[in-house]
Amino acid sequence: MTESRNDALVILEEITKRYPMGLGQTLSALRGVTLRFMPGEFAGVVGPSGSGKTTLLNIIGSLDTPSSGRAVVMGRDVSRLTPRQSAELRNRHIGFIFQTFNLLPVYTAYENVEFPLLLLHVPAAERRRRVMEALESVGLADRADSRPAQLSGGQCQRVAIARAIVKKPELILADEPTANLDAENSHLILQLMKKLNRETGATFIFSTHDDKVIRYLERKITLEDGRVIKDEATTQAQGLADSF
Amino acid sequence: MMVLKLAVKNLAGAGIRTWLNVAVLSISFVAIIFLQGLYNGMNEQASRALVDTFYGGGQYWHKNYDPYDALTLDDAHAPLPQALKSMIDTGRAVPILISQAAAFPNGRMVSLQLKGIPARETFLAIPSAALQDDSGEIPALIGTRTAKKLKLNEGDYLTVRWRDRSGAFDAVDVKIVHIMKTTVPQVDVGTVWLPLDRLAQMLDLPDEATLVVIRPSAPVPGEFEGWSFKSLDELLSDLRQVVKQKSASASILYLLLMFLGLLAIFDTQVLSIFRRQKEIGTLIALGMTRSQVIGLFTLEGALHGVLAALMGALWGFPIMATMARKGWKLPGYSDDFGLAIGERLYPLYSAALIIGTTLLVLISVTIVSWLPTRRIARMNPTDALRGRRK
Repeated sequence: MTESRNDALVILEEITKRYPMGLGQTLSALRGVTLRFMPGEFAGVVGPSGSGKTTLLNIIGSLDTPSSGRAVVMGRDVSRLTPRQSAELRNRHIGFIFQTFNLLPVYTAYENVEFPLLLLHVPAAERRRRVMEALESVGLADRADSRPAQLSGGQCQRVAIARAIVKKPELILADEPTANLDAENSHLILQLMKKLNRETGATFIFSTHDDKVIRYLERKITLEDGRVIKDEATTQAQGLADSF
Repeated sequence: MMVLKLAVKNLAGAGIRTWLNVAVLSISFVAIIFLQGLYNGMNEQASRALVDTFYGGGQYWHKNYDPYDALTLDDAHAPLPQALKSMIDTGRAVPILISQAAAFPNGRMVSLQLKGIPARETFLAIPSAALQDDSGEIPALIGTRTAKKLKLNEGDYLTVRWRDRSGAFDAVDVKIVHIMKTTVPQVDVGTVWLPLDRLAQMLDLPDEATLVVIRPSAPVPGEFEGWSFKSLDELLSDLRQVVKQKSASASILYLLLMFLGLLAIFDTQVLSIFRRQKEIGTLIALGMTRSQVIGLFTLEGALHGVLAALMGALWGFPIMATMARKGWKLPGYSDDFGLAIGERLYPLYSAALIIGTTLLVLISVTIVSWLPTRRIARMNPTDALRGRRK
């Protein structure tokens, strides 16, 4: 495992990702991506479908490995992690928020949020406190006993956010978190994530092509055909955050 | 614990699919125990009847005696060793003299065996006391099967013909003084029991015997020249072999039942893994290792076995307990099977049978549940998260 003492939470150097397409052909999803993400950032990778946003997030989340280049997440080179180390990195340090919420359907909201803490073997009393705290922070303490099927899309995504933040990770990866939500819920969710970013100091990295999300970003990285074509700080976000 | 909880919830969430699998498997579970219990009961009942009626605690056979070769009988008799005589005198052994003979019931000729037994023996379940007769006639005792075959009733006379030790034919009429009802074909079919002293007189073989039955729990006196001791294990080996063969035949049924149950679980597992790819991806993203996810799915499948055992216990054990208490009434023709079972068969369920069957079901279900989960090990979590079929 490579240790990096750099301040950056995520370091991507010349990342490429190629997928075999059969007949000896490959598809390049990422081409030489070099990026750094610092603690507390509220950044987004934007671009059209097929530009490599999700692939990039998967590599940062150690769900995938680059074909070449180096991806260092919290001091760990994801290419060199064993499956167990990779699982531990995700378990302890990374929270995921998915476009389709990906809640466990047989679990209640409470149990879904509790699940990462069970994996971390957090004691029962501490677990209960943290789960309720997370549910309160997303405004769903009163729906703790509801199953995903009994919740609206916006509520499901809030449960997913609670599940991502409950273990207090340094990094939260959100893949198209508003794609399945209406405008009102999208704003609520983004405001919530912005608030959590401020309160917890966790780094949020989004992949999105939703303008509503882009307006909230403090840093916007634009991908096109697997290449970073623009990496810019945005000013618009400050205004939205202040209004919030 | 977490994995168990999730597995239980997933199983409960699968609803009717889970319960159908569990029901099918519980039928296999109960059927295996029930049928095997029947064979155990058959073995136990037949063994006990044979021991009580004819085998005792073992037998000494004359060295030429072969129960499956009637031609050996002419030479299969000898005077008894002193030690066996002492046992007979003290009621710890019973001598039996056997001779090949022919009978002529209703003008027909039928081959049978004459067996001489002391009229006062006490430990064999043969009503030999009926052979005490001071009328001067030769009393004979036959079983219901022989009586039916020869169309004889109590009080009838039967002409029997035999060859004495010098090879001369002789014949006499014997009086059927009693027809015994016995479950043991070996003391009934083709057998006419006579008082030992009368048969010895007829054969001109005083104080000789073909075999000696030792009383159960009496010590075996040792080896004697010209006689060989047959332990209960040896005497019962044929019966055990028959039961084992019947049991082996029944295992085809077990295999079919188990196959159906296991196929249902295998199918459920394959379908479950196919449909729940997104969930698998989510679990991996949340920090579970692939091994843990495989463990979760395997456990879900294996829990079918546990639930089947519980369900089987719930509906099957009351039925089996009732059967063990009341027995299974056998049809009349079952008497012809050649096993000393009786009118009712009482299944016998041992702890080893129940534990063994439970383990068999659980291990088979676990293996069948695990087989499809190997796909998870090859699953790309990013594809799984999108629910992409590969």
